Amino acid sequence: MPLVKNARIVTDIFVQVPDGAELPDDGAVLVSATRFLEDPETLLARPGRLGVVWPNNRVVDDLVPFLDRLAVVALAFPTFRDGRAYSQARLLRERHGYDGELRATGQVLRDQFVFMLRAGFDAFETKKQSDAEAFAVTAKRYSVFYQPTGDGRVTALNRRMQQRHSESAGQ
Amino acid sequence: MYAYDELDRTLINERVEEFRDQVRRRLSGELTEDEFKMLRLQNGVYLQLHAYMFRIAIPYGTLSSKQLRRLAHVARRYDRGYGHFTTRQNIQFNWIKLAELPDALADLAEVGIHSMQTSGNNTRNVTSDQWAGVAPGEIEDPRIWSELLRQFTTLHPEFSFLPRKFKFAITACAHDRAAIKIHDIGLRLHKNAQGETGFEVLVGGGLGRTPFIAKTIKPFVHGRDLLSYVEAILRVYNQYGRRDNIYKARIKILVHELGIEKFASEVEGEWRAMGDSALTLDDTVIEEIRSRFSYPRYEKLPHMPEELRLAARDPLFERWRRNSVSTHKMQGYAIVTLSLKPVGGPPGDASADQMDAIAELADKYSFGEIRVGHEQNLALPHVAKRDLPALWKALDKIGLATPNVNLVSDIIACPGLDYCSLANARSIPIAQELTRRFANHDTAGLIGRLHINISGCINACGHHHVGHIGILGVEKNGEEFYQITIGGRADENAELGALIGPAVPYREVADVVEDIVEAYLALRERPDELFVDTVKRLGVEPFRERVYATR
Repeated sequence: MPLVKNARIVTDIFVQVPDGAELPDDGAVLVSATRFLEDPETLLARPGRLGVVWPNNRVVDDLVPFLDRLAVVALAFPTFRDGRAYSQARLLRERHGYDGELRATGQVLRDQFVFMLRAGFDAFETKKQSDAEAFAVTAKRYSVFYQPTGDGRVTALNRRMQQRHSESAGQ
Repeated sequence: MYAYDELDRTLINERVEEFRDQVRRRLSGELTEDEFKMLRLQNGVYLQLHAYMFRIAIPYGTLSSKQLRRLAHVARRYDRGYGHFTTRQNIQFNWIKLAELPDALADLAEVGIHSMQTSGNNTRNVTSDQWAGVAPGEIEDPRIWSELLRQFTTLHPEFSFLPRKFKFAITACAHDRAAIKIHDIGLRLHKNAQGETGFEVLVGGGLGRTPFIAKTIKPFVHGRDLLSYVEAILRVYNQYGRRDNIYKARIKILVHELGIEKFASEVEGEWRAMGDSALTLDDTVIEEIRSRFSYPRYEKLPHMPEELRLAARDPLFERWRRNSVSTHKMQGYAIVTLSLKPVGGPPGDASADQMDAIAELADKYSFGEIRVGHEQNLALPHVAKRDLPALWKALDKIGLATPNVNLVSDIIACPGLDYCSLANARSIPIAQELTRRFANHDTAGLIGRLHINISGCINACGHHHVGHIGILGVEKNGEEFYQITIGGRADENAELGALIGPAVPYREVADVVEDIVEAYLALRERPDELFVDTVKRLGVEPFRERVYATR
């Protein structure tokens, strides 16, 4: 499935290793939450970057102690109707200060890109090639945002306050 | 009225363009119906029995005459010349064509209305008291807060894919006209001992298959914390609300399964962890929103103008005035309710011509403003009392002066099996038959306040659980049957009705309702004991005995 990062389709250097399968000696890998939590220190000590695929029905608290040593956290959208990972993403970014790659996986369509960007995702494994190709255009679809999130986009309320401030300063 | 600024306008235009692209992708086959379904639902488009249904939000029930004219235009240009006002301050069009939807949305966007999140598993239209800003005794105008919530909930990046739909309602009066206790979050505006504005927050109300009256989760949340507290509730719900069973996915089930104390402590923990968030509203921000609301410049008018004194001699005018005209906070002005429940008509429908005529009357007599209430009636909120006789004549001409507001024929009903693919039974013909049975307005006046609510299926769009008399359509061996409850109410003393007896077939419903009303007239202690109060005092039993004795 195509991966979008920095608004471009890129080659995924991470290899997803199923539970029970042997890990390659080096190179970037993605492992499941279960496998990771069984022995996090050994996995983190391994040469090569490490990412964890975190399910959307498990609180992210268990992952928090390791965040600064993880290269990727991949959150799951089993269907696009299931929005639990949006909350997980915001908690990881805004409360726990995670600044590595935050990847959206599963049923990811272009119509979710703006929501995902706002929630803190910066990598998108899309189901369809056409959606991956449409990323750059779709991500710019909205220019007005009502809610403050950790993505730094200025909210409508703040823009109004700035406007008001500059108007009154000009008087 | 709240006036959209450039930012609000930009956002809904961007939404229209996004939807245009989604419709194009659906029509070209790029999107599967399953993928498109969620996207169209988030834009208020349902697939009904005969066609697509299009639901447009009227946030907190406030419309300008310009907006109403545009709704009339949509009814004419894209539909069959009428619209249906719902129990949640929305209007629905029943015959829209998919390919024309983006154009209809673009036409609406020009006057600052849209259909965003009027369906789907997201935060729905924020509803409020249709008399907000004009009701005597109101603590303050709840629409300021409704608008803050409207903006907060519109395209929320975290809460657009919740386990299930999520509805807010706000009231700022002792008497609750917004039915906050049957909402996912109900907000009752009040002041603390320091005189600061805040909210009693209720959670987990809702009807449907498993009805619950909302419970108080926090008696006072300061206004500045309203959005952060709501975000904490939504975050707990988004993570822990059930997604395995659509019938158990509403927040009411989560609250019920955890218990309100445990749920409240989860929310409290989340809210504390959020700390002083960017959602905290400082006074200048609240003032900024408040400044976008314009209020009429009322004149200093006498309490009893000559025109009214003269018109009082006409018993028909007087009957209408006593029924449909309510006290305004400003002397010399009145709130006028326009009944959309004509005898024999489907509840809540208005034709395009009526909408245009109402818009004109609003311009002439109500500072260009119209309100929509959850009872599926409209209101003109600022009518000078001297204009009441002229307004009455004009309303009567267009069939909008039926003096039955809050009376037995002021029926709330869902579209039912005539339109809806979920329904098990018809609602509209039952309502129509009942309005004919109780067509004598003097008799209805003697019966007094009595709300009948009809739903065509267990999803309860007609709020049957909280009708004084509730009628629920069910299917039994391929036939339409109706369960009847009594004693429900949706106001500050909200209660769920109790079943009066076995379900009855379609043809007997109106007879049973007549029997219930007759039983009430015989059982009430005095003429001003309302139907619900008699049921409260005596319970269901004496009604059951009288109604089922001969059945």
